Amino acid sequence: MSAHDEILEPRPQGVLARFRAFREKRPHLFLLVLMMLVAFFMMDPRTWVVLTISGLAMGAMVFLMASGMTLTFGLMNVLNLAHGAFISLGAFAGATVLVHWLNASAGESSLLANLAAVVPALGFALAVAGLVGLLFERLVIRPVYGDHLKQILVTVGGSIILMEMIHVIWGPNEIPVPRPDALTGAFLLPESWPVIGGVALEKYRLIAVILGLAVYGMMTWVIEHTRTGILIRAGVEDQEMVEVHGYRIRLLFLGVFVAGSALAGLGGAMWAMYREIITAHMGDELMISVIVVIILGGLGSIKGCFYGAVLVGLINLYVGYLEPRLAAVATVGLMVGVLMWRPQGLIPVIKV
Amino acid sequence: MSDPILSLTGVRADIDQYHILHGVDLRVPKGELTVLLGRNGAGKSTTLRTIMGLTTVTGGQVRFRGEDITGQPTPRIARQGIAFVPENMGIFSLLTVRENMVLAAVSGPMDEQRLNWIFELFPPLKKFWNRPAGNLSGGQKQMLAIARAVIEPRELLLVDEPTKGLAPAIINDLADAFEQLKQQQVSILLVEQNFNFSRRLGQSVAVMNDGGVVYAGQMAELADDEDLQQELLGLGLGAHQ
Repeated sequence: MSAHDEILEPRPQGVLARFRAFREKRPHLFLLVLMMLVAFFMMDPRTWVVLTISGLAMGAMVFLMASGMTLTFGLMNVLNLAHGAFISLGAFAGATVLVHWLNASAGESSLLANLAAVVPALGFALAVAGLVGLLFERLVIRPVYGDHLKQILVTVGGSIILMEMIHVIWGPNEIPVPRPDALTGAFLLPESWPVIGGVALEKYRLIAVILGLAVYGMMTWVIEHTRTGILIRAGVEDQEMVEVHGYRIRLLFLGVFVAGSALAGLGGAMWAMYREIITAHMGDELMISVIVVIILGGLGSIKGCFYGAVLVGLINLYVGYLEPRLAAVATVGLMVGVLMWRPQGLIPVIKV
Repeated sequence: MSDPILSLTGVRADIDQYHILHGVDLRVPKGELTVLLGRNGAGKSTTLRTIMGLTTVTGGQVRFRGEDITGQPTPRIARQGIAFVPENMGIFSLLTVRENMVLAAVSGPMDEQRLNWIFELFPPLKKFWNRPAGNLSGGQKQMLAIARAVIEPRELLLVDEPTKGLAPAIINDLADAFEQLKQQQVSILLVEQNFNFSRRLGQSVAVMNDGGVVYAGQMAELADDEDLQQELLGLGLGAHQ
């Protein structure tokens, strides 16, 4: 999808021209580098490393939650405001398996036993959110394709129902989520390393970063290199022509919606283990970040969503450290700033 | 005339509150190129869209190979062997030329031999194989649109004004391509306003006016019969002669 407008342009000459070209062609990287550099000069390097890893971890989790929503918007032109409910649902489903499993294997702290609890928990969160997503698309979304106003009304309603269902099943109270032993604690960087020696990096955050990168890599691969990916990109551009070629676009929509819901569930479960406490409304609170991320990244763009999430994660942590009272403002401020610079978002998907 | 591959009987279609087709009767003979002529707004494009199931049929019947396909969903109609090239060509401009073709080859990997044949017909497609289709010129896009339609053997091609806005040299290339398809006994229904192009290629012809077919017959007859042309010129062919 990239490289589109670069084909016939000559390479820019001179440092300033190259800088300008970089800023215009790779606005996501430009912003990321700029933000990390500014933060680096405003704090102690050791703090900076810790905050950066934490910011990346938060970004990775927000990306998991937001990627599904940006895809449903980009391909299906559906504004699903119930997306947050799927985040909550995934968190509760994952927590249930985790609690059950850890009780069964109480006291075991080997890595294998812990993984045996975490992998099914994430898998269950993925499956439950995906399955509910399947029903949700059939019952709630299908009748309102093509009408944004109705989509907003119906999905907000659907969201309330889903969250009440969580109350019915898991009760109205907050639920503590135990984090398996093997995922608590931190890695210590060797003391011998210059400047950042001895810095403690939380294990769970590193795992979140790795998982987020893996999902991003997989999604990018599917979208760039598989027939399904070609169909999704074609569908974003012209649904009618996809049907003219003999593909059932509604089936594709359903698949994408289920995948998006499942990813929201996965992100929710990851977030549950990160925060170690969950409520039915956690999804709603996270939706603000999710919406900022998909607008910031350019609606419908996976790459934009990834960089948007990383930027939101980083600015949250950096500003939270420098001036805690401004942390919440910073996220929205970032979005406003980017939109003033590029109203179409960082990496827009061009609709024809 | 042999059994038609496609026949429309009394087909009616509306777009919003407007009645566009008022009972279209049309037969497309098997293995022939049929031209659908008529002035702007006569309902030619809507007829093609209705055959493809893109516009809802409100009355009448569409039969393909003798089977009733009226009201079937578009993907199902396409899978039965009908390819459609719309007036705007429907190119996926963000996809590469290759990806456009991969998508058009519905049943799996592209057939090497067929692809080479397409490259011979339309060399620019080979040249720009891995470029975004949006970067192609208008003529090249039309080549890609037709290439997509024929990358797999299809029984019927519906093509909407392929020559619109193209340079004469490219129109010639397209005509050659249609000649080859004719030799392969592919049935084609071609909507055209360019009468010279139509006369060169068409075997049978139908003329539409105001949402219905007002003349149907052999192209040779229409091409030879000045009086008949004169009569139909009033329907808007004159501007293109």
